[in-house]
Amino acid sequence: MGNKQTIFTDEQLDAYQDCTFFTRKEILRLHSRYHELAPHLVPMDYTNEPDCKLPLALIVDMPELKENPFRNRIVESFSEDGMGNLSFNEFVDMFSVLSEMAPRELKAIYAFKIYDFNVDNYLCKEDLEKTLNRLTKEELTPEEVELVCEKTIEEADLDGDNKLSYADFENMISRAPDFLSTFHIRI
Amino acid sequence: QITPFCSQGDEDFRENREKENRGKRRNGERDKKKRENGRRKRSSKSVSEPETSEEDDNEEDGNNDGEVRPELLSPEELERLKEAVDEKKKLIQSLRGKPWPMKQKLVTLRESQQFVEKYEGALGKGKGRKLYAYKVMMTKKWMKFQRDFENFKTACIPWEMKIKEIESHFGSSVASYFIFLRWMYGINMILFGLTFGLVMVPEALMGRPYGSIPRKTVPRAEEASAMDFAVLWDSGGYAQYSVLFYGYYNNQRAIGWFKFRMPLSYFLVGVGTVAYSYMVVIRTMARNANESGIGDDNSFNFSWKTFTSWDYLIGNPETADNKFASITTSFKEAILEEQESRKDDNIHLTRFLRVLANFLVLCCLAGSGYLIYFVVRRSQKFALEGLENHTWWERNEVNMVMSLLGMFCPMLFDVISTLENYHPRVALQWQLGRIFALFLGNLYTFIIALMDAINLKRKEEKVVKYNITMWEASFYNGTGSENSTAPPITIHPADVPRGPCWETMVGQEFVRLIISDTMTTYITLLIGDFLRAVLVRFLNHCWCWDLEAGFPSYSEFDVSGNVLGLIFNQGMIWMGAFYAPCLPALNLLRLHVSMYLQCWAVMCCNVPQERVFKASGSNNFYMAMLLVILFLSTLPAIYTIVTIPPSFDCGPFSGKNRMFDVIQETLESDFPAWFSKVFSYASNPGLVLPFILLMVLAIYYLQSTSKSYKEANIELKKKLQMVTHNSENFVIFLLCSFDLILIAQKRILFTQDGICLILQY
Repeated sequence: MGNKQTIFTDEQLDAYQDCTFFTRKEILRLHSRYHELAPHLVPMDYTNEPDCKLPLALIVDMPELKENPFRNRIVESFSEDGMGNLSFNEFVDMFSVLSEMAPRELKAIYAFKIYDFNVDNYLCKEDLEKTLNRLTKEELTPEEVELVCEKTIEEADLDGDNKLSYADFENMISRAPDFLSTFHIRI
Repeated sequence: QITPFCSQGDEDFRENREKENRGKRRNGERDKKKRENGRRKRSSKSVSEPETSEEDDNEEDGNNDGEVRPELLSPEELERLKEAVDEKKKLIQSLRGKPWPMKQKLVTLRESQQFVEKYEGALGKGKGRKLYAYKVMMTKKWMKFQRDFENFKTACIPWEMKIKEIESHFGSSVASYFIFLRWMYGINMILFGLTFGLVMVPEALMGRPYGSIPRKTVPRAEEASAMDFAVLWDSGGYAQYSVLFYGYYNNQRAIGWFKFRMPLSYFLVGVGTVAYSYMVVIRTMARNANESGIGDDNSFNFSWKTFTSWDYLIGNPETADNKFASITTSFKEAILEEQESRKDDNIHLTRFLRVLANFLVLCCLAGSGYLIYFVVRRSQKFALEGLENHTWWERNEVNMVMSLLGMFCPMLFDVISTLENYHPRVALQWQLGRIFALFLGNLYTFIIALMDAINLKRKEEKVVKYNITMWEASFYNGTGSENSTAPPITIHPADVPRGPCWETMVGQEFVRLIISDTMTTYITLLIGDFLRAVLVRFLNHCWCWDLEAGFPSYSEFDVSGNVLGLIFNQGMIWMGAFYAPCLPALNLLRLHVSMYLQCWAVMCCNVPQERVFKASGSNNFYMAMLLVILFLSTLPAIYTIVTIPPSFDCGPFSGKNRMFDVIQETLESDFPAWFSKVFSYASNPGLVLPFILLMVLAIYYLQSTSKSYKEANIELKKKLQMVTHNSENFVIFLLCSFDLILIAQKRILFTQDGICLILQY
């Protein structure tokens, strides 16, 4: 890399390219974005894999996530501890799943995690209510929310347990015409 | 010294057995190495947490096992080993699609790579396995090359950041226009490469130079004004007598020192551009159809609204607010529709208004068609009288009228469509359909008028041809009678009389059309968007009402109109490119400027749309339109090529009866005799007709199977729903049916692909 400061070794870059949908340039760009979030915390040199995590509050402030009503959930679902602290690895992982190249199945798995607010592996009424309220900025009346939740569960619930399992969700989302084009963040 | 190697094979054998009973068996006497390997294997096979603590030991293993001698393994074990290695390789390939945390992926990757490296080395040793080693090395090199190429390719895709910025400001629908524009740019790049590299450059480098023969020289009468800007802008003068137009090319069969077959190349490039365009459009359509799910049924209305309506790309507060509002309205609408079937207030009035609106639109279409026909006929009259004694407006009337109609009629349609009171999405479709009809009508009127012009020119050509023979005869007679011994006096090519070259005329018309169209687009952009935004912004301080929120306000970006404009522009390129090889270059320039200008305009003078429509799904709608336009625009081009004989004194096909005779000529003179014989048999209708019949049958067969699969799919879904309500242990059935549905869907996609493939021929 000439006289440029090395951020990653070639092996690391290759490994990242194997594990994500990014190219070399994009990984370097991701690093610079991660570095910008907290210049004093994140080192420029990643060759020895430093252990450093950024808190949720810093990450949801990125312009890409700032307007997203589910920003906290996105970050939480990708963090190892579930609290929203992201290491660089998890950060890359997040944008890899949300990238254009990621397949529908992978996206569906993480979409399910994002909409599963109480992390019980089911989308129950409570989760749906929260989703709806975030989508509409609580502009719908409680009766309307109730109705939409009931209809949603009625449509998608195949096994009749009044909540959506991952199989239900996957079956529903695999036919959605808009899912791939909207569940996507360009970095 | 032999034992460790045997144990190695043994171990692998056991590993495989262990895999079979899912690691339940664990032998206590095994040494540490074995255990590690077993564990390593399991950690990557089953999705358990990998043990990172023993990595150091693994490293040591690598050193010890480096000297495995595979010739001591039995073929069976070797086979197993190979299988294991292949499995690991597959794992590495599919790693990026695994829903694991990054750390685990990295660890698994490293372990699998180590495993592969170690055993691949072992397999590669010894004689007879050189081929294997070579293959492994080549795949490695190939992978590396592919990755580098991939990196290079993404680095080459232009305007990524620009599009990202627009995406975050306006959501995916506006960005889809710019992505479409970029895609179009790519296609035109290829078309330009073909025409430029295989037609224009060879002619310019190897063909006879300018001024050597009449068709390559500006006639004496035009010489004075040939360099004027106005003439050049009108693609006359020196521009007309250059590689930019059909007429300049010579009919010499082979040019230059390596005998470049110019006429043949010209013909093949013409056919190739069209064939390439068809291929790209159909392939893209097939891919889009595969990607965009099978979402035509309405059974998940609310679920889709809940889970897929937020556009994750949005990063601009204002757009986000609009999106929240539009999602809320869409929910409210859906709830209303759910609660009560739509109440119809005064159905008769709405019906009457809709009929009226359609009547008005039809009037508009007919009027615009007539206007264009009228103007084109008038311009032909002017052309016959000579263009010099007419004003600028009279000379450019046709293009200006076409552009103005294209600009104002959609606005008119918009006003008319308010009468109809449709749901916005339906209204958008009607609007699109009407604009499409308008553009198509205009284009075809233009073509019909052009056909008239071609016929006129051909009549003129006959007269000129007769005159030329008379002129030559008189010329030779005149010189012959005075002194018969002197060699014939050479005449300057500029003085030789020549016929009207209808092909060049067609090319010129298209170039003019493109230029005026481009100009109108840019001027509309500057006035309609930029000037409006400036006025609204600065007059707002001293105006009696709020300009920003009230009447003029800022403009929105009109996605559908812009896409349609782009599609029709491309249609004109396809139509005219055969007669004016410069058209793709011109279009490339236009698209390039458009990209920057429109990016700038959309960011600085437009506001986010209030109602954000779905971008996806309509993608294929636009593609279908492009395909229709492609078909319709190649139709007249092919018609002229096949039916009208080329001009006698200009262009690469002059002197031939038809343009495609060039193929036959090549077959006869450049290929051995048997080849042309075979070809003539193959092109015999007795063979061609059954072949076409066969293809039609194949399409029919694929179509019907696809339909039956679809029906089976629906049937299965119904059964599934029924069973879920009745049965207790439905889970097994559920899984089976899921599989079946999946298979059926794949089959449908497969058959669709097959149809596309056949259509490509």
